[in-house]
Amino acid sequence: MMKELNRMCMEFPAKSCNEGFARSVVAAFATQIDPRFDELSDLRTAVSEGVTNAIVHAYSDQTGERQLVRLECVLYPDTIEITITDFGKGIEDVQQAREPLYTTAPEMERSGMGFTIMETFTDDMFVESKPGQGTKVFLRKVFSVHK
Amino acid sequence: MKFELSKAGTYLIVRIGGELDHHYCDIIRNRIDPELMEPPIRNIVFDFTGLTFMDSSGIGMLMGRLRIVQAIGGNACLICDNKNVLRILEMSGVARLFNRCKDISEAVRGA
Repeated sequence: MMKELNRMCMEFPAKSCNEGFARSVVAAFATQIDPRFDELSDLRTAVSEGVTNAIVHAYSDQTGERQLVRLECVLYPDTIEITITDFGKGIEDVQQAREPLYTTAPEMERSGMGFTIMETFTDDMFVESKPGQGTKVFLRKVFSVHK
Repeated sequence: MKFELSKAGTYLIVRIGGELDHHYCDIIRNRIDPELMEPPIRNIVFDFTGLTFMDSSGIGMLMGRLRIVQAIGGNACLICDNKNVLRILEMSGVARLFNRCKDISEAVRGA
């Protein structure tokens, strides 16, 4: 087992102004293990995609009050694990959603590249979703620090 | 995010710096589109010099503006030297769809 160094959890409303906030928080948190600049850039991009997905899609069918995104990070000596959770409408077909260029919101000019970029820019990605209950995206990024 | 619009002949020049994500794409789109409807504008230049971050929202925004200028018989040009931004543009295939220029004067030559 890798030694856990630190962890954090935060929740924020699913508002687009929080996209920059979320990726900056994760980058600042990861700085504790001194990752390479290009790897930190990849992480920022992946987090931005995941959080933007939650903000654009999760609550698009409702006007409920609890429209939150939860962001959890666990830090290990050379690895960060990130979980992005929403409590929205969920994804009917996760496999289809992960296909490059697939989007449910072409009218909003969504490119359908979000999952592809998350997958490319991290080392592991898992998606768990239940229609009506929300979506959880898990990302793991291994940095080349201490090597 | 830094954003500036200017015009040169038939060219609309869009300078974007800082970080471009879904939040700012929505704002920028609403500023660009009315200008593209104003003759004699029919070409667009995106100057990404100074852009430090872009995610897939930027791809959608670029593709949308490309469709508009193609519909009015114009061209779209892109100036970008940031490695991370270029990676996203190339991964998605968007980079190939734009004329690539090194600076504004090359992009609007003959305007």
